[in-house]
This record gives sequence, C-alpha cells and structure tokens, in this order.
Amino acid sequence: MRAPLSWLREYADIPTAATGDDVANALVRAGLEVEEVEAIGADIDGPLVIGRVISVEELTEFKKPIRYCQVDVGPNHGAVVDGVQTTTRGIICGASNFVAGDTVVIAPPGTTLPGGFTIGSRETYGRLSDGMICSERELGLGQDHAGILVLASDPNADHTPGDDAAPILGIGDTVFDIAVTPDRGYCLSIRGLAREAATSFDVEFRDPGVDLADLPAPAPSDQQPVNGLVEDFDAADLFMLRTLVGFDPSAPTPYAIRRRLTMCGMRSVSLAVDITNYVMLELGQPLHAFDVKKLQGDIVVRRARPEEKLETLDHVVRELDPTDILITDDRGAISLAGTMGGTETEIDDASTDLVIEAAHFSASATALASRRHKLSSEASRRFERGVDRMLAPYASARAIALLIESGGGTYIGATAVEAPHTSTTITLDAGLPGRVANLDIGPGEVVAKLEAVGCEVHIAESTLNVSPPTWRPDLTDPADLVEEVIRLIGYDNIPSRLPHAVVGRGLTRSQRQRRQVGRALAGAGYTEVLSSPFVGDAELDALALPDDDPRRNMLQLANPISTEQPGMRTTLVPALLAAVRRNIGRGIDDVAAYEMGSVFHLRDGQPTTGITNPPRPGVDHRPTQQQVSDLEALLPDQPMYLAVALTGNRERPGWWGTARESLWADAIEAARVVADSIHAELTVRAGATPMPLHPGRCAELVVDDQIVGYAGELHPRVVQAMGLPPRTAVMELNLDIVMNASPDVVPGPRIDTFPVAKEDVALIVDATVHAARVEAALRDGAGELLESVRLFDVYTGAQVGEGKRSLAYALRFRAPDRTLSVDEVTTAREAAVAEATSRVGAVLRGV
Amino acid sequence: MSAPNKSFDPVEVAALTEPEVTKARDAAIAAIAAASSLDELKVARLAHAGDRSPLALANREIGALPPQAKAEAGQRLGAARAAVKEALETRQQELEADRDQRVLIEEAVDVTLPWDRNPRGARHPITTIQERIADVFIAMGYEVAEGPEVEAEWINFDALNIAPDHPARTMQDTFFVGNEDSGVVLRTHTSPVQIRSMLNRDLPIYVICPGRVYRTDELDATHAPVFHQVEGLVVDKGITMADLKGTLDHFATAMFGPDAKTRLRPSYFPFTEPSAEIDFWFPQAKGGPRWIEWGGCGMVNPRVLRACGIDPDEYSGFAFGMGIDRALMFRHDVTDMRDMAEGDVRFTQAFGVEI
Repeated sequence: MRAPLSWLREYADIPTAATGDDVANALVRAGLEVEEVEAIGADIDGPLVIGRVISVEELTEFKKPIRYCQVDVGPNHGAVVDGVQTTTRGIICGASNFVAGDTVVIAPPGTTLPGGFTIGSRETYGRLSDGMICSERELGLGQDHAGILVLASDPNADHTPGDDAAPILGIGDTVFDIAVTPDRGYCLSIRGLAREAATSFDVEFRDPGVDLADLPAPAPSDQQPVNGLVEDFDAADLFMLRTLVGFDPSAPTPYAIRRRLTMCGMRSVSLAVDITNYVMLELGQPLHAFDVKKLQGDIVVRRARPEEKLETLDHVVRELDPTDILITDDRGAISLAGTMGGTETEIDDASTDLVIEAAHFSASATALASRRHKLSSEASRRFERGVDRMLAPYASARAIALLIESGGGTYIGATAVEAPHTSTTITLDAGLPGRVANLDIGPGEVVAKLEAVGCEVHIAESTLNVSPPTWRPDLTDPADLVEEVIRLIGYDNIPSRLPHAVVGRGLTRSQRQRRQVGRALAGAGYTEVLSSPFVGDAELDALALPDDDPRRNMLQLANPISTEQPGMRTTLVPALLAAVRRNIGRGIDDVAAYEMGSVFHLRDGQPTTGITNPPRPGVDHRPTQQQVSDLEALLPDQPMYLAVALTGNRERPGWWGTARESLWADAIEAARVVADSIHAELTVRAGATPMPLHPGRCAELVVDDQIVGYAGELHPRVVQAMGLPPRTAVMELNLDIVMNASPDVVPGPRIDTFPVAKEDVALIVDATVHAARVEAALRDGAGELLESVRLFDVYTGAQVGEGKRSLAYALRFRAPDRTLSVDEVTTAREAAVAEATSRVGAVLRGV
Repeated sequence: MSAPNKSFDPVEVAALTEPEVTKARDAAIAAIAAASSLDELKVARLAHAGDRSPLALANREIGALPPQAKAEAGQRLGAARAAVKEALETRQQELEADRDQRVLIEEAVDVTLPWDRNPRGARHPITTIQERIADVFIAMGYEVAEGPEVEAEWINFDALNIAPDHPARTMQDTFFVGNEDSGVVLRTHTSPVQIRSMLNRDLPIYVICPGRVYRTDELDATHAPVFHQVEGLVVDKGITMADLKGTLDHFATAMFGPDAKTRLRPSYFPFTEPSAEIDFWFPQAKGGPRWIEWGGCGMVNPRVLRACGIDPDEYSGFAFGMGIDRALMFRHDVTDMRDMAEGDVRFTQAFGVEI
C-alpha cells in the first residue's frame, strides 16, 4: 500500500513539524513495515508555475507537429521585453494534446527537472522557446508521456496562472510504501493508516468512513434501481447496489484524484473506474461499477455451478469451481466476486447508467478463489484480509457523491441485502497483557489501549469483555488483544531477562557424527558443496542409469522452478558432478568436493505424483497418534547421504616431486575416512557395479552386512556424456546407516610394551585374487600374536610369471606378557603363509 | 713389563721419572692441540691416551716400584693422565662444535619454498554458521531439533495456525510435492520443527532448529529457491516476552560481540501472538555500526500450543527465526546468493572449517 503523507494528514492531526522519516518511524512502531519513503519531486530545483495556454500556432514546415504557444504565466513569471515584465511566455512544444484555455505546468528557464535537466531560453524551430510545458514523466511524477500534463481544460478552472504548481503536483509530499501484514487488512486504506498514525502520535483521528450526509437523497425516476439478491449468506453477508443514471462518461477525472491514484501506484482509466479505485484506497472497501444497460435482470450473488465459465477483465476465460463466489445476472456469471469483474458488463465510454456494487464477501472464499485462479487483485487482497463489514454503505455513497461531483447524473436509489450479524465478544483476563510482557500493566491502561484500537470494553471485575471494531476482524483471541495492548505500550518498554537455566543433553550422536564427518573430509582435502536438490531425467540419463533403476523413481514437484528439473534428488551425485564441472569451467582443475544432505526415496506404494485426499487433522486439539502416523506416512524416506567427487591432481607437482592424479582409490579412501572418523567398521569389497561407475573400478561399501554405497571411477561413457575429465571418481553412501553402525562407546586399546618382531613376506598369487582375501588369510593364519599386517608392495612382471602378482606384506608380532622367541615368531609367520597358500594358492616368493 | 719388585729395592724405572712423564704429557697435549679435525683428534687420542701410549705404558710400570715409591709415581702419572684427558675432552668439544656449526650451515634449506602439495579442504559456511549459532544455544541448555525437508502440509501450515484460506499461505510461495492437493510440501520454513518438537518432546522444551527450507523463487543475487533458516522454540511455565528479549539479546552478543543488542518491532506471524520483527545492532557492519533486520519472533500463539496438545493456561512459550543465508550476507559481506549455491570451491575455501 502506497500512501501520500498529505492524504494521511487529512484524517490524522500529524504534527506539522513531523518529517517523512518521523512519520515512517511512527508507523513502524505501530507494527507497519515501511519499505520505502519517497520524497516527491526531491530532484526538482526551481519554480514550477501554473500556466494557461493563450494561443497555439501550428508550425507546419517541420517533419513532426510542432507548436509555438503563448502561455499566461501570471504577473511575475512572464518574459521581460525591453525591460518590461510581461505576463506571458512563448514556448515551443511537440505535444498536441492541448488547446488554448487549458491549464498546464510551466518550467521557467533556470528550473532543473529530474535527471539534472535545466530549462533554458533558446532558439529552436525558428522561435525563441522561453521555458517548457511539462509532461508528468518529465516532472518525474509518473510514466505518462503521451502528451503534456493538462491540469484542467475548463478556462474557468480553479487555477490561477503564475501560482506555484508544486502543491497541486504533490511536490514536497512524501509517499510511504508500506508492506501490510495479513492481519492488518484495514491498513490497505488511507483510513486505516491514518488511524495507526494518529494512535502512534497520540493525536486526533477523524474517521472518513462514517458520514453519509454527502449523499443526495434518491431522486424520483421512471427507472428502478438495480435489484440485488444473495443466494448464499456464507458467500456475502452484506451486498449493496447503488444506481446512478445520466452520468457523463466522457467527463475527465479531476487532476487531484488522478494525482493521488498515481502516487498510490494506480493508473487513471476513466472517471468511473478512477472513483471506485479512489474510494477503495481511501476507505479500504473494494467497489465495482457495472454498466446498467449491459445487465440482464437482477444481480444475484451465488456460488458457481458445475462447468460454469467467466471471462474476466484480464481476458482470461476461467473455469469456475463450485466454491467460487459469483456475481450473476440472468445470463450467468458477470463477475468473480471480490476478485475481478467480467468483460461483458464492463463499463466503457458510453456507459451513462452505472450501478456501484459494494459488498462484504467471505474472506476465506475470496482467498481460496484468488489462490485457485492465481489471480490476485487490489480487491481480493483486501477481501481476503478482511474488510470492515460496516463500510459498504458509506463507501458506495462516497463513490456516488464523487461521481456526481465530476460526471453529473442522478442517484436513483439503492438495494441492500444483509444477513443478521452477531458481534463477537472476547473475554480477556485484564492481567494477561502484563503477564505476557512481564510488565506491570494496570486494568485501566489495558482498557485505554484497547479503546484506542477501536474496541468497546466492558469491565467485569478483573475480566474484560471486549468487542473489537468492525474493521478489525483479525481480533478473535485474547492473545490478539494482548498484542494490541503491548504494541501500543511499546515493545521497547518490555524488560530483558533470560529464562531460568535448563538442562540440555548437548548434541545427539548423529549431530556430533555429521560434524565430525565434515571435519574429517575437510581435513582430507575435500571441500563442501551445497547443491540444488532439484533433478531432471536428463541428469539421470547422463549417469546412464537403467530405466528400472530405483534412483529414477523420483518424487515430483507440482510446481517446479524449471520443468527440466521437476524431481527431488534420490542421489547426490548428479548435482555434485555438475558442481565439479562448473569449477573446471572456471579454471579450477583440481577439485575434491563433498556434499552431505537428505535425499528423497519414495516408500513402497507411494505414487510419484502424490495422493489427492490427504488426512487433515483438526487444530483445536492434539492429533491422535494414529493421525500423526497417517501424516508421517505421506512423507518419503529422507535419509542423510554423503557423496564425494574428485578430479585432477590429488597431490600437486612441485619441487618435492611429481603430481599424483586422483583416482578410484581416493574415492574409496574417502569412504574409509568417513567411517573411521566415527568409528564405524567399513568393508570394501568387489561386488555389484551400478552405473555410473566403471565396472572394473568400483567397490561396494559394506557396513553391518549392508551395502551402504559404492565408490570408484566413473564409467567412461558417463565421463564423456557429462563432459568431465577422464578418471573422475565418485563415492556415495547412506550416511544414516554408517552412523548407526558406530559403537556407542569406543573401546580403549591396550598398549603392549614388550618388543615387536617384524617379518616381511612376499606372496605370489593369481592376479585375479583380491588383496583383501590374502590379507584375511594371513590374519587368520598368524593367530593372536599378530599385531598388524600391512601390504607394502604389489609387483607384476616376468619374475613372478604371467597372470600372477606378488604381494609383499609387513607382519608385526607382539605378545602382551613376554618377549617373543625366534621360534614363536617363525611358527606364526609360517602358519600365516600356510593359510594363504591353502585359501588362495599363495606361494612364498624368494625363499 | 718389569717383574714385581718384592725386594723393595729401589729400582729406578726410566719411564716413571719426572722428566719422562712431563715429556710424555707435553707431547700428548701438543698433539691434541695440533689436531685440526675429529679424525686427527682420534689419531692423537690413540697415540697419547690409548693402551699403547707412553703414559699408559708407564702406568703399568708402577707395580715395579718399591712400595714407598709407588705413591709418588702414581700421583705424578695420575696428574699427567688427567691433564691429557681434560685436553682431549676440551679439544673434542671444540672440534664437535666446529663440525656442528659447519654441518648445520651446509644443511640449511630455503624455508620459503612453497608447499601446496595437498590442496586444503573446507566446510561450507552455511554449515559452519549454523553450527556456531546452534552452539550458542546449546551452551544455554537448548537441544538441536531437526525435521524433514519434505513435510506434511498440516505440520508446515495448519498446525501453525495457517489455515488453507489464510492469506499467509500466499506470503510463502510453496513448492507442492506430487500435486497441489497431496498434503505434502517442501517445508517453507523451519517452523514445522516447532510442531514436531511439541508433539514429540517432553515439556519443558528448549530447542534450536537449523535447516534447509524452500520457496518458489528463481535463483538470483538476492533470492534462492533453497535457503536456510534457524528457528528457536521455548515452551515452559511462566515464559514471557521479557524472556524472549533477553534470549535474543544474549544471542546478539554471542554472535556479534558485547556491543550488540536487539530491537523488536510489532509484526505479524500466524504462529506467534504477539509477534515482532527483530533488528540486531551490528557493530561490525561494513560502513559502520547499524541496525540489521534479521528475523521474526513472538510468543507462541495459544492456538498452536493447543494444536499440539499443550495447555496454554499452564504453559507459554516464545519462538524466533532467522535466515542463515542472510546472516552470511551481512556478517561476511557475501553479496550474491548464487555464490552459496553454485559450489565454487573458492567460495567455500575462503571460510575454512570454522566461521
């Protein structure tokens, strides 16, 4: 809502010394969000004066129409000829939208207009142009540049040439742009904002919405006022029509009204439309004008019928829902109530008979219709936030009066339908506001504040019976009244204290583990990425996932940002690889990235497009355990996943030696880093090789006998499809399972201090035998004296024979209670080798 | 070697005479002094202090002396050998010191050589600032509560006093999952974690809830469809707006230093009543200290308590929420939200592993 300060001042006695910023602060204190304070014409320097066009000379010798005009600018602003002050100026003008007698705005030479444009006196088109006739845009007051600004066409208009044009133009005024929260529908009006300003400044407020005296009595006429009926009082509990005949549709809108509409961000359309908008801005009551001659029969408010349609003023044909509220006549729907009118009964430049509709439509139904039709209008924004239900008769009367004032015509009467209304009373414990604010607020002060808001308060001992004003339908609960009292006392006056200490248990294990995993990966050189969780089929195609891959079974968004990415990720890999590629594109060749985050897996039987009739428990009590379970059942599994991707050098080249490129083994090692950091036992084994991995360079990651993920090099086809460097490696695992596998308590080690015995063995095995099997055999064979086993060399070549390789292990033996004898060590080593020989055919090398 | 002198005859042994001992001692000391390296000293040691050195040989002759002569000769010889030993040790130290000095100079390296062999890793500042905020509250006894990102519409809206026809629903541009009537949304705020906390935790409740949230905004410099919030919730007996204010003041000083403070402005949220916007006085602001709008708060609306089965006559509470991404923008002068979402490692690496 944009609101000019001058308009607020009409209804609130804001101190004259208060600046725009002062008023903005007062509104902020009252709970309004002032987004912008705009000083109108702040970039204009020098006088602007009222001028009246005396004569117009068309200069025809130029390619475009050019006029040389004599303008009456009053006794002090005219040209000086031979030392004599005249009352006129000769001005060249390229616009043609004016005639002699029109009142215009003149910028005399020396005045600077917005953009630093200083008006001069200069020769142009063979004449001396001695000033400028201004358009709205040149003055920075609006976008209208179709012609110059004509304040009035009537030569007898109430403007005196030579007068300062600034007050008429609103120059020096301030416009506030205010974001109105949904509970303050009444602040979508000058009336509401002026009330808040008056309360905040503690000055007098004059309500513009309460005086019907301006309305002329209905004139007797042959014509009957248009009749209105309401079929459904839940749709509209008040519906009022006022009929005006013999109106001049060509009458212009007075400049003062146009100017205010512009300042409030609305365009001027025609007198009738402008007046309905003006009254809506002023009072907050949306109004609609129908052309009486286009109506057929009575106007009826009802809900839409099946398959009913309406073309709204924005020329969209809308399929209506049975809960939509319609304004109809004999032919059917003519307006989507409280939201937007229809094209068939729209007023136009021949509409002499008007009916002004003012109603109180259901806030809920208007909100739902607005959402359903994705149609938010000035009217719907007000109705859905709640309009003062007493306002319709006053607002429509004000509109009729203004229409007659500028466009003539005869008011012939009104019809009104109103549902019986019971006013609500809220019972408030007078001590509650003080208890909530931790302040001493006496009952008298509570009553005073509530009355300032407009409530009627009846005191019954320590209990207050409060009737909120009709413009505050948001006040329904004691808590709402508490807020009103405390905000008027001022939030700044609330003391500050800390709640008494509570006893927390710190982070949960999973929370600690996630921090630790992140730190471990960062320590291992990985950089965290937080990527978008939105995924499309194209990205899964690039990963060459088969059609039946469960990762293709994505939850779909009904309204994605991009139709290319309507799914919720089932894997972190696509976005992580996209981030890697983006880094490479920006010249970062060595990338090791990780991401930790939720993925979304549909549970068995959950459709990708959701169900349509979800459970919706009430909100006046706690849902039952069954209801909570039913809600949970709507949701997919959302496990925490972790992925890494790396490419380029893992170790850079330098004076210390050559580079080491990252490879599949780094990806697997990343999984070990993760598991080790939280003490989970991870097994790496050859097994299934799902896409997008290289089938020969992919390991299964196993925890607690469950496959939790995979790691290795990307499939060459995927690398090519994604435009990634060859050998790019990835790892992804289900972090939830890994975290759960971690022991509650890490057992401490026993440190043995007797001497260690070191033995190295080199075993020749078939090249197809996995090192993990050899190591397991050595461990099992060596027995409990074995302290550790470590593979320190892998050799293939002629010396070990075709299809074979040599694995060299360093074995360390130690006993907790003695120094091992040579015999003991030899026996254990030989047992280890023997086990390897029996399990995998290992042959001891070089003996 | 001479035979033991059992007859006690005064037999002269040439090697033990004073001139001989003095001569051998002086020769030894001269040779030691002349040694210019540890190797030469080793040779001198062998020649003058070794088993075959004159003084060692002379020592063996003491036994040949008559008893009355032994003491004197022994004394003389002992003094000479001690002098040699001392000379040796002194010279050894001198030469070792010389050598050490030489070797350490020879082994000197260019310590300014760069070492960027292993690229550094880093954690995303969104992650670390969430932890930092959470830690402030954990220190106050709060626990970190979490909830799912794909959330039931009832928990995200209805239970928070945002009915289907409530205008606040259009304040938040919601991603609907599946279809618009599925009852499932991408959570538009972290507030559903309040509901989950009240449904699942024992009273009193003191929780802080950081997390990722979604709105249907296109990604640009100041908007993102995916962003992060942190939410706090307290439900206890006797909780007042003063407790809310004190908690926010404490948080402000923990995050922004002892000069930080807060200011509340009346506002509206369906799930709190009274409600307020929070301004933080941010002393380190670029261009000088100023008020920063950062988040909303209020007293938990009794309707919300009731929807979670908590008696509003017995318990009251407060809640507050702030944007994490926005905190990075004003606290760390990040000017473009895309930098947080695109995964450029240069951005993250600038923040290291703590913030």
